[in-house]
Amino acid sequence: MQQYILRRLLMMPLLLLGVVTVAFFLSHVTKGDPLSSVVSERQMNNKVVVEAARKRWGLDRSLPDQYRIYLGNLVTGDLGTSFRTKRGVGEDIADRLPATLELVVAAMIVGTGCGIGLGVLAAHKRNEAADHGARFFALIGSSIPVFWSGLILLYLFSVQLGWLPGAGRLDARTAAPPFVTGMFTVDALIAGDLQTFLQALGHLILPAFVLGWAVMGIISRLVRASMLDVLNQDYVLTARAKGAAELRVLLHHALRNALIPTLTIIGYSFAYLITGAVLTEAIFSWPGIGSYAVESARALDYPAIVGVTIIGALAFLLANLVTDVAYALANPKIKLG
Amino acid sequence: MAASDGILARTWRRPQWLTLPLIVGAAVVAFWVLVALTFHLWAPYDPLDMVARRLQPPSLAHWLGTDALGRDVLTRTLAGARHSLPIALVVVASAVAAGSFLGALSGFFGGLFGAAIMRLVDITLSFPPVLLAMAVAASLGPGLKNAAIAMVIVWWPVYARLMRAQVLEVKEREHVEAAVACGASRTRLLVVHILSLCWTPVMINATMDFGQVVLLAASLSFIGLGATPPTPEWGSMISDGATHFYSWWIAFGPGMAILAVVLGFNFLGDGLRDMLDPRTV
Repeated sequence: MQQYILRRLLMMPLLLLGVVTVAFFLSHVTKGDPLSSVVSERQMNNKVVVEAARKRWGLDRSLPDQYRIYLGNLVTGDLGTSFRTKRGVGEDIADRLPATLELVVAAMIVGTGCGIGLGVLAAHKRNEAADHGARFFALIGSSIPVFWSGLILLYLFSVQLGWLPGAGRLDARTAAPPFVTGMFTVDALIAGDLQTFLQALGHLILPAFVLGWAVMGIISRLVRASMLDVLNQDYVLTARAKGAAELRVLLHHALRNALIPTLTIIGYSFAYLITGAVLTEAIFSWPGIGSYAVESARALDYPAIVGVTIIGALAFLLANLVTDVAYALANPKIKLG
Repeated sequence: MAASDGILARTWRRPQWLTLPLIVGAAVVAFWVLVALTFHLWAPYDPLDMVARRLQPPSLAHWLGTDALGRDVLTRTLAGARHSLPIALVVVASAVAAGSFLGALSGFFGGLFGAAIMRLVDITLSFPPVLLAMAVAASLGPGLKNAAIAMVIVWWPVYARLMRAQVLEVKEREHVEAAVACGASRTRLLVVHILSLCWTPVMINATMDFGQVVLLAASLSFIGLGATPPTPEWGSMISDGATHFYSWWIAFGPGMAILAVVLGFNFLGDGLRDMLDPRTV
């Protein structure tokens, strides 16, 4: 077991190096001249400007040279400079990280909470209408494009019904709470500002649901399967024979054991959420890393795209590592090769 | 059999593999394939023509309303099948071909070559799919063709892994040993005795992935890296809908189309698995 975890940990830097290399060369197969996103079109004929820009951005060096410099910078945490914002990509990402974290954590809570609920319901009402309904609802979540469900739900709940606020993290006239974590709901609570907290929470509900809906399917399917497994066990029968209430049997006796395999899928769904966050943020004008990625892609801002991709891959790798290790710990019978 | 059963039930019993998901999935997929193949023959309007006043809500003449340029949304939604489905077909076919080829070689020959391929698979799978597709598509430049290339790069490792696992398993079976003893060449071993037994899970996966590829293609177009205007592609239509937020009907049709296609292929893949892989029933 320890050996397996150790090997996985040692693999991490190698995989990361591979990721960085792929990302670097990806940004250099580009057909368009990267200079065209730095130098304005009218200046492209001006030799002096073009040369200066080439030198300024290091594009006059050979490819292996550029690669070496890029790696060296990465080690010191320098992800390069964005063509679009003219700031360090690392800084840009750090600024936007809290918004994404807040969204992803909220989506995770919604996704796992509802996923477990639906799974238990489906297992309890096996092959009844409620079972089919719960499974279908979860299946739709994993099939629906988040950029569409976000749009439609935003229109429905914000414009038509007026129950929830529109896009963004806060109403236009509200100032952000004093910075502590960068997550507005947490910061507002720390500042003791209940009104801002409720507002930030209101803004969080829809995007978190849209994103969480996408992982409900995976989680509820697993919970349903392992609940059905557990409900056939002798100790459940014993609990029923002793006259325990059905809800207590379900939640106290069955769910607690059925959750073990589910815990491991949370890491997997986190990886899924990173991907979904990109498109969810774009729809909800959520100023996180996802919308940063989309804006950068639209502007063909390679350093920024590559930076986000590397950070995304890092998070993805870590999530997968945690999943696998958790799986190994929760299920010692599984031999990992 | 009970006597009350009708004559039909006695002469024709539903085979066990013919499940409801399989029927629904096949029907939905067949509908969209039919639309994609024949839409140009019976289209009520031209998907690129400005046929009415702009931003009209749904009416009898335009069931799903008109978009910002006065084009019929229903027509464009149906015409979108002629772009989204072929793209997904090309992407899935290329990814299956490239992935199975490399995966089969890796599993069959093993050694340094096989390990190298699997490390490449590991690295590619370390990226969040949408981000990698975005990065590739952005560096190749916007356009459906480049988006398709990006998606193949994202998707081939899945099949490489699957195929390798299959080949590794089948390679150890006795009939392969028998073929070796009979002096079969390595090519013959791989193609005739091993690969012919490896296709089922790959095909089931490809069917299920088809919908996911449609979804990814739409995501790229939504971001602006796939189809370019005025192509009636579902993702870019939803992007239009997002810019004209208060005209909800612009995005409604294409979103429903994506949902239907993804669900359809999901059901179809599920049904195929039950049918072709008796172990899971």
